[in-house]
Amino acid sequence: MGMGAFMIPRSMLHATPIEVEAALNGGMDVAIKKQLADVALAAAKAKGATYTDVRIGRYLNQFVVTRETRVQNVANTESFGVGIRVIANGSWGFASSNNVTKEGVARTAERAVAVAKANAKILDNPVQLAPQKGYGEVSWKTPIEKNAFEVPVKEKVDLLLAANALAMKGGVNFVNSAILAVNEQKYFASSDGSYIDQDIHRLFPSFTVTKIDQASGKFESIKALSSPVGMGYEYLTPNSAEKVGGIVTRYKNRYDMMEDMANATEGVKQKIKAKSVEPGKYDLILDPSHLWLTIHESVAHPTELDRVLGYEANYAGTSFLTLEKLNSKKFNFGSKLVNIVADKKQYGSLGAVGYDDEGVGTKQWDIIKDGVLVNFQAIRDQAHMLGMKESHGCCYAQSWNDVQFQRMPNVSLAAGKEKLSVDDLIKNVEKGVYIIGDGSFSIDQQRYNFQFGGQSFYEVKNGKIVGMLKDVSYQSNTQEFWNSVSAIADKDDYRLGGAFNDGKGQPGQSNAVSHGSSTTRFNGVNVINTARKI
Amino acid sequence: MAIFNKEDAQALLKKVLAYSTADECEVSLSGVEGGNIRYARNAVSTAGDTNTLTLTVRSVYGKKSGTATINEFDDASLKKVVQRAEELAKLSPENPEYMPMRGPIDYKESKSYIPATAAIQPDTRAEAVAKSIKVSKDNKLESAGYIENRTSFVAVMNSKGFFGYNKGTDVIFSITTRNQEGTGSGYAARGFNDVNKLDTAAATRIAAQKANGSANAKAIEPGKYTVILEPVAATYMLENMFRGFDARTADEGRSFMSKPGGGNRIGEQLVDEKVTIYSDPFHPELPDATWNSEGFALDRVNWIEKGVVKNLSYSQFWAQKKNVAAGPFASNIIMEGGTASLEELIKSTERGILVSKLWYIRLVDAQSLLLTGLTRDGTFYIENGQIKYPIKNLRFNESPVIMLNNVEALGKAERSISIESNRSYLIPPMKIRDFTFTSLSDAV
Repeated sequence: MGMGAFMIPRSMLHATPIEVEAALNGGMDVAIKKQLADVALAAAKAKGATYTDVRIGRYLNQFVVTRETRVQNVANTESFGVGIRVIANGSWGFASSNNVTKEGVARTAERAVAVAKANAKILDNPVQLAPQKGYGEVSWKTPIEKNAFEVPVKEKVDLLLAANALAMKGGVNFVNSAILAVNEQKYFASSDGSYIDQDIHRLFPSFTVTKIDQASGKFESIKALSSPVGMGYEYLTPNSAEKVGGIVTRYKNRYDMMEDMANATEGVKQKIKAKSVEPGKYDLILDPSHLWLTIHESVAHPTELDRVLGYEANYAGTSFLTLEKLNSKKFNFGSKLVNIVADKKQYGSLGAVGYDDEGVGTKQWDIIKDGVLVNFQAIRDQAHMLGMKESHGCCYAQSWNDVQFQRMPNVSLAAGKEKLSVDDLIKNVEKGVYIIGDGSFSIDQQRYNFQFGGQSFYEVKNGKIVGMLKDVSYQSNTQEFWNSVSAIADKDDYRLGGAFNDGKGQPGQSNAVSHGSSTTRFNGVNVINTARKI
Repeated sequence: MAIFNKEDAQALLKKVLAYSTADECEVSLSGVEGGNIRYARNAVSTAGDTNTLTLTVRSVYGKKSGTATINEFDDASLKKVVQRAEELAKLSPENPEYMPMRGPIDYKESKSYIPATAAIQPDTRAEAVAKSIKVSKDNKLESAGYIENRTSFVAVMNSKGFFGYNKGTDVIFSITTRNQEGTGSGYAARGFNDVNKLDTAAATRIAAQKANGSANAKAIEPGKYTVILEPVAATYMLENMFRGFDARTADEGRSFMSKPGGGNRIGEQLVDEKVTIYSDPFHPELPDATWNSEGFALDRVNWIEKGVVKNLSYSQFWAQKKNVAAGPFASNIIMEGGTASLEELIKSTERGILVSKLWYIRLVDAQSLLLTGLTRDGTFYIENGQIKYPIKNLRFNESPVIMLNNVEALGKAERSISIESNRSYLIPPMKIRDFTFTSLSDAV
């Protein structure tokens, strides 16, 4: 439907716990994976499959979770198995197993063909798969500098507890912090002649500080300004060149947890005393640490082709965008300043891979060009619906035991072309709110009407930041909102935000995705006050 | 074989426990068998099967614990998983909140397992889907739906002598029907332990009626309205409240259950006196597990009785710290209803809105439990006791605590599922005054 309610996807929690050392062995040798894949490809073909892909996956996760002075949980988990997808009699079939032996993969391939043949009996239109040339034996790896799984747990615990101590000393009442490391070791083979070995790394350090005013019983929280990233542990090595100054420090490709914790500690003390917002129309200046979520919900989701066509109608919903609007080549999605780019290769992003989960080399493409809708997100069995000859390369399955389907790539707002700083964006605003950090989020099933909160809200009056606000949410309509863009800061301010838990499908699957932007100004947006008494 | 009977599970767990050399050891065995079909545009889009069996071992030395899991069951693997848990425990940091494992308990058998549901085959699912698609086609609507059945069991044994076993079945079904113009949409969802109670054609007929009835909706001004929430709408809204029945977060001062100045709201009149919310694993319409993983037998617990907060759940650690009895969170939630039917609730309404379903509910403010979300798949204006016309969807900003203070009337409680968690609850349709809508949505 959108972002899940919890930070950690459920699939990760259900994986198998293992020792730290076990995460560091390389897993099954790639030559053996190729042999097993060939067994599966042959078994499926022998049963009548006209196309087969085999994914042998090893998914490693490490969680280190603390609160105040205590370690709540350290867990290493592993999930290993094979998922096989086939086309037989024109229909898709899928089966999976954790029995990754020659016999196991052959049986799984046969089950997948049986499922396809059963589904074919009630099929109206056979699958049309966009052609894909085989790549032969290739590999890709996230360009990491330090594998997070090689960093001792003690080093992670020490960092989190030191950051917690800083917050407690600074006067917060509660602090929760965590580091989550992910490594997807994925081997893909298909009857097109591809044998693709990929090693994908992701990392997410995070915290929340909470301050309680005992007298009134009121409480407020502020979350970390870190992002989940497609990087190794190097993300946690502070680097002043990767910091963005301003009212509070924000971070590009390197994060400083101690500094951010000190800032959040001061921030939450100010927030609890802040003025409650007066509802009305405001110009909004939205930081990338906030705007990524608005882009995710209002741009990335409605441009997913499966939603546009109705395949998600029973759960995530459909889309206000249609094939007619795309084909008109003049649907005005946003102001002329708005350029939205899809990208599965972007450095540091969660969605970056060399090849997608149906063996298509990844790429970058335009979705909104100068404010006009120019494309959707499509995979191999959808490409023909857009008159395309090839897939966009954005097919993904959360695990070996889930079937792959169309998932959003990194979808980002291009930086402004004109030289503009955040101060330039603020200086002409008479009445505005500057929002940093993501908060509450909700959008309708066709992605028209939305409401977003945030972490820190600053009141802007006559071109100047005059203090902090609280109880702020804004409501708008997607097309109206993106047409209200009046300025976008330049590339010096460009940063990524993102999440591990972009949810879609039944049974639900999580996708990890990033969204980049520079700080952007939206004119005349409706702000509501969310304070209530119970 | 993913589903073990009680005796076989007990024998396997005994064998594993015998390998333990730790101070304390807990072993659990769980299995799931089932399958699903997803369909859209009146045709099957994906289908899958589930078959998993997992053994988990938790070993403890002092206050250090380690957990390991395996899905192989030969003797060597069983020994290996115990050794692995013990190694992990020795390497783990001490948990100052660790509480010792509990000993044997008496618990009554659960009624959550229904053989007919356990016997579902791929053909059964396909037939159920075919019936639903037929109703959609007959009504010239496009359907998208999902059916899933699961048989599951869990058995837990520990070195203090505790043993618990539970087996259950579940089937869930949801259906969205839309007209070809895209101007009307309807929904229905069902969840049961017993597949014999599931009628996919009947559910699809309701969705179809809402799809056709909701076409060409009119816009009304957002504001405060009397609403009638159908059970599927009320369930999703209230699920967000049930998660907060926890003493620790309340005592820590960061929950809607926190009392200003300290402590929690036990004993306070929190909501209208028509509201009683409880857990009861023996309720015939919502049978559930009768013990939990902390080693407690579960029985009826009243959370809110006639509007007064009666109980909050206390973990063993928090109960010890607060010097009260530990109170486990039960596995099901029931809200008592009245006797009125949905039709009678509508009939008694001068002006109001009938809400079929709510969508994308998220927490806005933890202090007041303010939630935002939207209506979806059939929203209707009521005047003088009758449904007058369909209206466009609306965004709400409302707290379930405020909402339950504004209860006008409750209908008969019925089994309903949450559209987000797929969990089943017993919740009545409810008539609420002054429900706050803050904007209009064009979504259908």
